[in-house]
Amino acid sequence: MSDETGTGSTAAQTTERRVRVVLVDDHRMFRTGVQAEIGRTDVTGVEVVGEAADVDQAVTVITATRPEVVLLDVHLPGGGGVEVLRRCANLMAAAEDPVRFLALSVSDAAEDVIGVIRGGARGYVTKTITGTDLVDSIFRVQEGDAVFSPRLAGFVLDAFASTDAPPVDEDLDRLTQREREVLRLIARGYAYKEIAKQLYISVKTVESHVSAVLRKLQLSNRHELTRWATARRLV
Amino acid sequence: MPAAAPVTETDEPPVRKLYRSADGRWLGGVARGLAGHLGLPVVWVRALFVALLLADGLGALLYAVFWIVVPLGVGGRAAPRPVFETTPDGRRRLRKPDRGQIFALIALALGAAVFVGNIDFGNHADRYVWPTLLIGVGVVLVWRQADNARRASWTEPGRHRRTLQLVRGFAGVALVGMGLTVFMVVRGSAAQLGTALTAAIAVLTGIALLAGPWLVRMSQDLSEERTMRIRAQERAEVAAHVHDSVLHTLTLIQRNADEPGEVRRLARAQERELRNWLYRPEGTGKDEGEEPDSLAEAVKRSAAEVEDKHGVPLEVVVVGDCPLDEKLAAQMQAAREAMVNAAKYGGEGGAVQVYAEVEGRTVFVSVRDRGPGFDLDSVPDDRMGVRESIIGRMQRNGGSARLRSVPGGGTEVELEMERADG
Repeated sequence: MSDETGTGSTAAQTTERRVRVVLVDDHRMFRTGVQAEIGRTDVTGVEVVGEAADVDQAVTVITATRPEVVLLDVHLPGGGGVEVLRRCANLMAAAEDPVRFLALSVSDAAEDVIGVIRGGARGYVTKTITGTDLVDSIFRVQEGDAVFSPRLAGFVLDAFASTDAPPVDEDLDRLTQREREVLRLIARGYAYKEIAKQLYISVKTVESHVSAVLRKLQLSNRHELTRWATARRLV
Repeated sequence: MPAAAPVTETDEPPVRKLYRSADGRWLGGVARGLAGHLGLPVVWVRALFVALLLADGLGALLYAVFWIVVPLGVGGRAAPRPVFETTPDGRRRLRKPDRGQIFALIALALGAAVFVGNIDFGNHADRYVWPTLLIGVGVVLVWRQADNARRASWTEPGRHRRTLQLVRGFAGVALVGMGLTVFMVVRGSAAQLGTALTAAIAVLTGIALLAGPWLVRMSQDLSEERTMRIRAQERAEVAAHVHDSVLHTLTLIQRNADEPGEVRRLARAQERELRNWLYRPEGTGKDEGEEPDSLAEAVKRSAAEVEDKHGVPLEVVVVGDCPLDEKLAAQMQAAREAMVNAAKYGGEGGAVQVYAEVEGRTVFVSVRDRGPGFDLDSVPDDRMGVRESIIGRMQRNGGSARLRSVPGGGTEVELEMERADG
């Protein structure tokens, strides 16, 4: 993704941004790899201030270090990423310097994805992501925007499509035409910038659409989505 | 993956299963097991059995049936001791359960005596009673022995316990033998006619009585062992699969470590295969011989094949699904062609994105790469790939294809088709 490579590195270099990150993953090799890839603070601006291998550790480390972004694995001993999110709910909701979560998982099974997003994660990327894209995503999450992988966008579209004929009072939860369009383009592999160009809107607007989708996803009818996600146990 | 599923517990009606208690039992642990199961004091249950014993031996029969059928378990101590002590039998026995036991034994003996005294078979019948009782006691001893042997497989008993068990086993067999002999002797002198028959029956009964519990236990153990074996087989199958595919691939990866493209291709192919295998729906085999019959399946299949052949990762996102019809099959072929093109000419730019969506009657497929891109008009007329295989094919089948390519910004092929039936 040549286009995004440019965005990631230039942004980090020109604006001198810094972000403190905690890594949560039960595989030490993976943590080491991510450290090596993104933790070169002088280059990427990402400073890894803590690591954790299970739920209890994660909660302790996150509470102690108060990072800006947590890279969270979905499958963890002790209850999984969802449990970490649940126990850190007060940190996420903090008015000052809220901790934001970016789910980073090898799994792109629908229930995992929907689960952590509903738990309050601000984005979801798979482990096949490149280092520069990951750095970019971290900064985006730090600023309060949402990051979706194409696959996640597909799941969300699917979820909302299957609940397309809801009772009237759930109108609030439904995606607008525009949000649907944006999601569709994400699912097709477009970067935010490309989407903006394609739809003749600004990148900021794209981001706010995605954030709106996230918000709706957390609000929307729990039963419908969970049932949908578990009913199709597909990848 | 057949992980341990605690959910199924609700399916079975008996959440609490009845077990005979191995702790604190007198005979087979039936009474204590029942008491634990029903939440009653043990004494009541025992009293009930004794009372039933007086009713023409029904108690003994019931007890024997329970003993044979109900498997031995642990626990059953649930009946709280205070209740045991405040039974209407008297309060003096607080903290002295031993005396209670003695009392119960005396009661049992009394009951048995009354039972025996009550029996009135006729003139000569008295002589049958004592051999029968002898046999009964022997059988009880041997059956308990069977339980102990079973219990020994869970807990290591002390050495003196083991000799005790041996003694008990021998005593049981001896008693039964003695009873049968007395039976024979007494009977033999009485009548000549059915002697042989009676002897045969007596011996068979003796053997059945001795071997019965073991047979029952053995069948129970066998079914338990069968489930264990099924589990072990499943594990072996997983191990075999992991060995065949994963380890094999890892070896290949080690051998090709200096060719990143090949390594990536192997890893992707393996990941996909493993995923398919792990998450395949229940009941489907892992062979992929048959043709896909749904759109989602077809898209994923094509992408997987292209990925394997060209070593370029394809990221597939499918929204919605529908059965394949003729027109959609044509669309799938066009999509496949587009994937091959993207992998061949645009693969260096990163993963190829494949997106398929079913919305109402429209099926939309987009294949997008981030390669160098090209100008459609500048492609020579004799290169028919895009024109015929993709655009032409879609048009012939009543769909449409759009091609968007920016030199330097990748290529995207969009295919749209109406389904034949709504």
